[in-house]
Amino acid sequence: MRKLAAAVLLMILPVAVLAAEGGAQLMDPHVDVTDTASLQRGAKLFTNYCMGCHSLKYMRYQRVADDLNIPDDVAQKYLIWDGAKLSDMMTSAMRASDAKQWLGRVPPDLTLVTRYRGPEWVYTYLNTFYRDDSQPTGVNNLLLPGAAMPHVLWRLQGIPEPVHAEETEGGETKVRVVGVKVPKNAGAMTQAQYHEATRDITNFLTYVGEPVRATRQRIGFWVILFLLVFFGVAFMLKREFWKDVH
Amino acid sequence: MSDGAKTSGLRGWIDDRFPMTKMWEEHVARYYAPKNFNFWYFFGSLALLVLVNQIVSGIWLTMNYTPDSDLAFSSVQYIMRDVQWGWLIRYMHSTGASAFFIVVYLHMFRALLYGSYKKPRELIWIFGMLIYLVLMAEAFMGYLLPWGQMSYWGAQVITSLFGAIPGIGHDLMIWIRGDYNISGVTLNRFFALHVAALPLVLVFLVVAHILALHEVGSNNPDGVDIKKNKDANGIPKDGIPFHPYYTVKDLMGAVVFMIFFAGVVFFAPTFHDLFLEAPNFQPADPLQTPAHIAPVWYFTPFYSILRSVPNKLGGVMAMGSAIFLLFLLPWIDRGKVRSHRYRGRLYKVALALLIIVFAILGYLGTIPPTATVAGVIQNKSLAQICSVLYFSYFIFLFIYTAFGLERTKPVPERVTSK
Repeated sequence: MRKLAAAVLLMILPVAVLAAEGGAQLMDPHVDVTDTASLQRGAKLFTNYCMGCHSLKYMRYQRVADDLNIPDDVAQKYLIWDGAKLSDMMTSAMRASDAKQWLGRVPPDLTLVTRYRGPEWVYTYLNTFYRDDSQPTGVNNLLLPGAAMPHVLWRLQGIPEPVHAEETEGGETKVRVVGVKVPKNAGAMTQAQYHEATRDITNFLTYVGEPVRATRQRIGFWVILFLLVFFGVAFMLKREFWKDVH
Repeated sequence: MSDGAKTSGLRGWIDDRFPMTKMWEEHVARYYAPKNFNFWYFFGSLALLVLVNQIVSGIWLTMNYTPDSDLAFSSVQYIMRDVQWGWLIRYMHSTGASAFFIVVYLHMFRALLYGSYKKPRELIWIFGMLIYLVLMAEAFMGYLLPWGQMSYWGAQVITSLFGAIPGIGHDLMIWIRGDYNISGVTLNRFFALHVAALPLVLVFLVVAHILALHEVGSNNPDGVDIKKNKDANGIPKDGIPFHPYYTVKDLMGAVVFMIFFAGVVFFAPTFHDLFLEAPNFQPADPLQTPAHIAPVWYFTPFYSILRSVPNKLGGVMAMGSAIFLLFLLPWIDRGKVRSHRYRGRLYKVALALLIIVFAILGYLGTIPPTATVAGVIQNKSLAQICSVLYFSYFIFLFIYTAFGLERTKPVPERVTSK
C-alpha cells in the first residue's frame, strides 16, 4: 500500500508542479449569480458540452430548474441527456474506467471547482487553450500545461494559435508560450460571443458551487436591517436604565 | 429575599427544594459589578453567546452529518444543499469558530490590560487558560470533520508533532491517530471528542471560571478593589447589580456583535479564505499533498513559533512553552498595580509590542516559510525575531517587576469614569 502511495505521489508530483507554474494572468469573468439569463445559458452549455465527462455530483437537476426559473418539462428536455430523472444528481454518464483509458485520468467533479480554484481560474482556463501538436489531444493550455482535457469548445471558438516569446533565464534563451491568438472566423462564434459563452459557464459553475449564494445575500440584507433596528431599541433601553448611575 | 424573606407560590415551592432564587440573586440580581466597565468588558458575555451558538448549531449539524471517511465530505454538501436552512446552520458554526477565537483573544487582552489575572484572580485566569486550551483542541478536531484536503493534511501535520517527542513520540502519534496515518478511525474519534467529550469539559470549565469570578468579584479598568468601600448595607459603593445594569448593557453589545457576525455569515462566509479555506472544498486525498498547508488563522501565531525553530522537537517545545508561559503570568508579573493606567511606561510599551509581535506571527503563519515579507525579509527570519520578542515579554516582565524597577502612579481609592 505504501509503495503504491509513493508511486502515485511520484506520478502526480510533476503534474502538480507544472500546474503551479502555469503562466497565465487570470482574467476576470465578472460573475453575477443574480443574472438568471446568464445562468440559464451556462446550464445549457454545461450540460451540452461539459457533462459528457464532468459530473456535478452534489447538485440535483431539480434544484437548477427551480433556482433558475426553468420549467420542469424544459429542464427534462434540454438539460438531461441520459434519461435521468429531475430529482437525480447531475452525474456524467461516462464510466470512470473508460475515462482512464481514453483520457489517462478521471475528469474531476466540478460542483465545487469555483470554490477551490475560483471563478477567475475557470474562465481563464476555458480561454487559454492553444494548438500544440506534441500533445495527444492536439491542444495545450496556458494555465494548466499538459492538461488532459481536449478543447471541447473548439467548434465555438476555433483552435487558437500560441503566441511565442523568447525569454532569457540564467544565460539560457528559451522560447515560451506567453499568450494565445484566435484566428478570425475559426469557430462558430466571434471572440466576444465566445467570451460571453465561457462567462456564462463560469457563472453557472459559481452558482453550482454555492446554490444559496444569491439567497443568503438577499436574506442577509433583512437580517442586518432588523439587527440595526434592534440595536436602536437595545441602546435606548441601556440609556434608560443607566440614567441613575453616576 | 436574600435577607431571609420567604418566597411564596410556585417560586416558594421550588425555593424550598432547589436554590433557584438564591442562585439568581447571588449570580445575577445581587452580583455587584464595578460601574466603570468599558468596551473591553463586553467580550466575556460575548464568549458565552458564541458558546451557545456553537452548541446549538452543532447539535443541528450533528443531525445531518455522517462521520465516515467515505461520506463525511458529501454529507457536508448535503447539509449545504438539501437540508432546509442547512447552509445557514453550517455558516453559523464555521463563522462561530473564528468568532470564538476573536472574542477570546480580546477577552484575554483585556486581562493583560487591567491585570485581571493578578491576585486574587489567579484561578480565574488558570480556568480561562484551560478553556483556551480545550477550545484549541475542540477547533482542531472540528476542522477534520468536513474531510477536505486542508482538514486531512492539517490534522496529519499537527498529529505528527507528537511524533517529535523523544522515546514515546512515534507510538503516541499512532495512538492518537488510531492508525498509521489520519484515516476514518481518526475521523470517528475526533467526532466523538468534538461533539461530546470536549464540549462537556468546556462547559464545566466555563462554570468554574464564572464561579471563581463571582467568588472574588470582577476587576475593573482602574484595577481598584471595590469591596474595600462598602455602604451601610454591605454593598460596594462603586458596584451596581449585574441585573439589570449589565444585562441591558451586554444585550446592546450582543446586538452589535451579531451585526458583524451576520455580515460575515451572509456576505463573506469564507472571509477571504481565512474562516473557510479554499483547498477544503476538495475532498481529502491521502495521496495528494496540497502545495501549501497552513492551519486556520487562530493557530498561526503559535504555528509560526513552531516553524521558526529549525529542529522539530525544539519547535514543538517552543510552541508548548509559548502557551505554557501564559499560565504562569500571575506569578511572572510581580507588579503591585493591576491596571495599565497606573503602571510604568515600559510595561505599556512591552504590552503593545507583545500584541504587535503576536499579530505579525499570526500573519507569517498563513504564508509559506520561504516567502519574502514586504520584499525585504524572509518569513523565517522575521518569525525568529518575533518569537524571541514574544518570549522576551515574559522575561522582561519578571525582571521589571520582581526587582522593583517599575515606577507606578498612585492608584485612586474609588473607580474613575473616563
